[in-house]
Amino acid sequence: MSATPAAPKTNVIGLSVLDYRGGKTTLCAGCGHNAISERIIDAAYEMGVRPENLVKMSGIGCSSKSPAYFVNRAHGFNAVHGRMPSVATGVALANHKLMVLGVSGDGDTASIGIGQFIHLMRRNLPIIYIIEDNGVYGLTKGQFSATADLGAKLKTGVINDLPPIDTCALAIELGATFVARSFSGDKRQLLTLLKAAISHRGTVMIDVISPCVTFNDHEGSTKSYKYVKDHDEPVQELGFVPHFENIEVDYDPGTTATVTMHDGSHLRLRKLERDYDATDRINAMKILAESHAKGEVLTGVLYVNTQAPNFFDVLNLTGQPLGQLPESVVRPPKKALEDAMAELM
Amino acid sequence: MATLDVTLQEQATPTAQTGRNVNDFSIQVATVNGSGSQSANTVLLRSIFQMGVPVSGKNLFPSNIAGLPTWYTIRASKHGYIARKKEIDFLVAMNAETAQEDVMSLVPGAACVYDEPLNLKQLRQDVTFYPVPYDKLVGPVCPEAKLRRLVKNMIYVGVVDYLLGIELAESEKAVARQFATKKKAADLNMAAVRAGYDYAKATFTKHDSFFIERMNENAGKIIIDGNAAAALGCMFAGVTVVTWYPITPSTSLVESLIDYLKEYRIGSDGKATFAVVQAEDELAAIGMVMGAGWAGARAMTSTSGPGISLMGEFVGLGYYAEIPGVIFDIQRVGPSTGLPTRTMQGDILSCAFLSHGDTKHILLLPNSVTECYTMAMEAFELAEQFQTPVFVLSDLDLGMNSWMAQPFEYPEQPVGRGKVLGADELQRLGGFARYKDVDGDGIPYRTLPGTAHPAAAYFTRGSGHNEKGQYSERPDDYVRNVDRLARKFDTARKFVPAPVKEISHSSEIGVIAYGTSHWAMTEAHDQLEKEYGIKVDYLRLRAYPFNQDVHDFVKNHNRIYVVEQNRDGQMRELLKLDLPPEQIAKLRRVLHYNGLPIDARSVTNEIVSQEGK
Ligand SMILES: Cc1ncc(C[n+]2csc(CCOP(=O)(O)OP(=O)(O)O)c2C)c(N)n1
Ligand code: SF4
Ligand SMILES: [Mg+2]
Repeated sequence: MSATPAAPKTNVIGLSVLDYRGGKTTLCAGCGHNAISERIIDAAYEMGVRPENLVKMSGIGCSSKSPAYFVNRAHGFNAVHGRMPSVATGVALANHKLMVLGVSGDGDTASIGIGQFIHLMRRNLPIIYIIEDNGVYGLTKGQFSATADLGAKLKTGVINDLPPIDTCALAIELGATFVARSFSGDKRQLLTLLKAAISHRGTVMIDVISPCVTFNDHEGSTKSYKYVKDHDEPVQELGFVPHFENIEVDYDPGTTATVTMHDGSHLRLRKLERDYDATDRINAMKILAESHAKGEVLTGVLYVNTQAPNFFDVLNLTGQPLGQLPESVVRPPKKALEDAMAELM
Repeated sequence: MATLDVTLQEQATPTAQTGRNVNDFSIQVATVNGSGSQSANTVLLRSIFQMGVPVSGKNLFPSNIAGLPTWYTIRASKHGYIARKKEIDFLVAMNAETAQEDVMSLVPGAACVYDEPLNLKQLRQDVTFYPVPYDKLVGPVCPEAKLRRLVKNMIYVGVVDYLLGIELAESEKAVARQFATKKKAADLNMAAVRAGYDYAKATFTKHDSFFIERMNENAGKIIIDGNAAAALGCMFAGVTVVTWYPITPSTSLVESLIDYLKEYRIGSDGKATFAVVQAEDELAAIGMVMGAGWAGARAMTSTSGPGISLMGEFVGLGYYAEIPGVIFDIQRVGPSTGLPTRTMQGDILSCAFLSHGDTKHILLLPNSVTECYTMAMEAFELAEQFQTPVFVLSDLDLGMNSWMAQPFEYPEQPVGRGKVLGADELQRLGGFARYKDVDGDGIPYRTLPGTAHPAAAYFTRGSGHNEKGQYSERPDDYVRNVDRLARKFDTARKFVPAPVKEISHSSEIGVIAYGTSHWAMTEAHDQLEKEYGIKVDYLRLRAYPFNQDVHDFVKNHNRIYVVEQNRDGQMRELLKLDLPPEQIAKLRRVLHYNGLPIDARSVTNEIVSQEGK
């Protein structure tokens, strides 16, 4: 072996991928959630996200533990079951310059947390919200969640007899501005989606099918590795050019649509068999409903809108983070109190 | 609806009025809500206030938008007593549905101005009646038929002015103020006041004994409700994130705050230096406060009992993960929906221990609009100093009623942000352990997300953690952590607002009260001494945890009466947990819990009876 080790590879801000590593996972070997953590590390590294500028939010569940397994140099907050959206909203309001990334589960989101989820989507708060969706409550040992498909079977033979909630359809309907579905087993698609998510300033909602190898990976499950591989239908082929890479890639405007993201990056959506327009909200909801009836799992960018105002715009927030405003700004002068008192005399 | 379902009246002690009563009586206006009587009542209150007579006003209203009985009581007191007076001396009966019962509950010697068609005269021989034909009087002053219902109310202001000797010019001033931006409305309403005054002057010979005479007690004072006062406190505390879900009686706190923030906290660039979010429910409201407090904002929410119940899980997280936040609880009558528009001190225990597991929370207990203002600021200081949720327990009586006060003082203390490490300090220290007791006071150091240092980050969780914030289920880590939290709570004893003591003589009887019970207590204090020769020492609690003064006070007296507005003596229970066993037996209960603000007579009678006099 040669004596001089090669300098470690670094990203645009000079950090190596090791600067994005997390703690050692305590999830089951083969759990889909672990693959998602790895993609988050890759995306943050490749996009040059400053670790200290990232905050990792989660609720409760196996999925919600995963923020401990990526980017240790970022603050993390493991909140209460189903209520991460409100905590994440508070964090974003206190400091709108942070990149807020939330990890939730299908139970955490679609069962106990559906109320907060819905209202988060409505506000178009800049956040990346990831559902690690395995159709069951992993941490409480495998009961069905509200995303389990009708007729899906548990290992114990129990059949799910209620229809699933489609979190993507909900998110699109309610006002999220970047909505996608992916599969923990599809490295490339998931990584590209995450990089695009980092470029977006609005609510990003990605439902990642993430099989639970311990409780929901058997014959009869619709969230098993095998089932998802067999039924995965990407709606487009994704390409992504980050804003700091000045490369011109040739593409055919007839078959490829380009979306300019808020940070100047370019997201390329290349047509596959079907003609899917990810900027058409009504059509997206229609196609999702149809594909569901056919048993297809549509993946890719389901909806993107870079024009809608986000929650900070709506609140007319000042430029400096609220949590960092000095006393001279947040405590009005004595004259203000005197005026207020005079009005009450 | 049966009259019984809606009546307010309780049994009053029948003490007959004799002679001339100057500036020491209560007026009650009985109307239906939604009839627009609020402006008239405010004008009446302010007219007396401007006459220099100490006055307080209490709105006793239904949980309804229009058509149910409402009572507004005004108390004039030359002695400065501002608690509710149990006896009603002067009634303005406008509501057919309750009129009979309202009249029957008057004390002998009382007076009653009523709407002529109600025909109340024959009900009592010992009450002076003044019938007023409102419908006939309102026509000429208010040509527009649809406004008459509202304007009618101003007529009783004029009648009462004449009968009590309130100067018409003062009502004129109050009307002008009430309709400051609406000249036409001001003119119309003033004409109605005058019509009432002229009618009364031409028609009535005064037979009752009640008079308002000019004093000089109110120079420079303000009138404000506790919620608006708290809102001012929050703004001057530098609040930046406000979340809420509407609920009576807390709503007006945030609504006032929004008005103040819009007026005083929009920067020169037109941008807001605050965020107010109407959340989807109280769970989200407190969740946002936790997130914002964790990330370095001064964050608050305001609610009432039902909201407090919903917030339990998050408040436990705030306690255990050590996150600052301020929660206003404007208490109303529970349990459940209870009496949403009536007052109670009913959330003492649920707030003190909110959430599962071993939790204890700092409670601040304002008794006045002034303390609503100052304690709002103290709450933010304490929340950041102790990195924990802090409750401010106001109540409906304090929050929604009008109280006189000296103008508030500008805060002298700079805003304190507690033990927060920045990038430079981390560089110097080489890192930190989030939950380590470095200073021996139980309060650890924290960092804020976004701090530009590789060692700044830590992981916040509601699950078990060690000093470094790492996940831990080790028995020793758990015990060390919760024992430190207990130590931190002990440290807080010395920093929360200290009790106020009135120990003027060596009595063996001590009384403890807090919040709005104070006003009945101070009056009862005088009644006990003057009428029964019972001298008591008094301690007013202002916060939990209790400090040494409270222990000493109990120790130094033989009997302690704890005066409060709930059924179970919640503060007494809390005191019992703090006191040594031999002191506990001294604690006695004086309780008032029918939803109406506590009055002095009830306190006096109860203490007298327990003293066996
Ligand atoms: C209020 C509350 N109720 C119940 C639980 C128990 N609980 C913990 S995780 C969980 C379900 C998690 O499911 P999901 O979000 O799908 O995550 P997964 O484990 O499948 O990744 C439940 C019910 C809890 N922690 N809190
Ligand atoms: S139980 Fe399922 S979800 Fe939980 S860690 Fe194991 S595989 Fe993952
Ligand atoms: Mg799950």
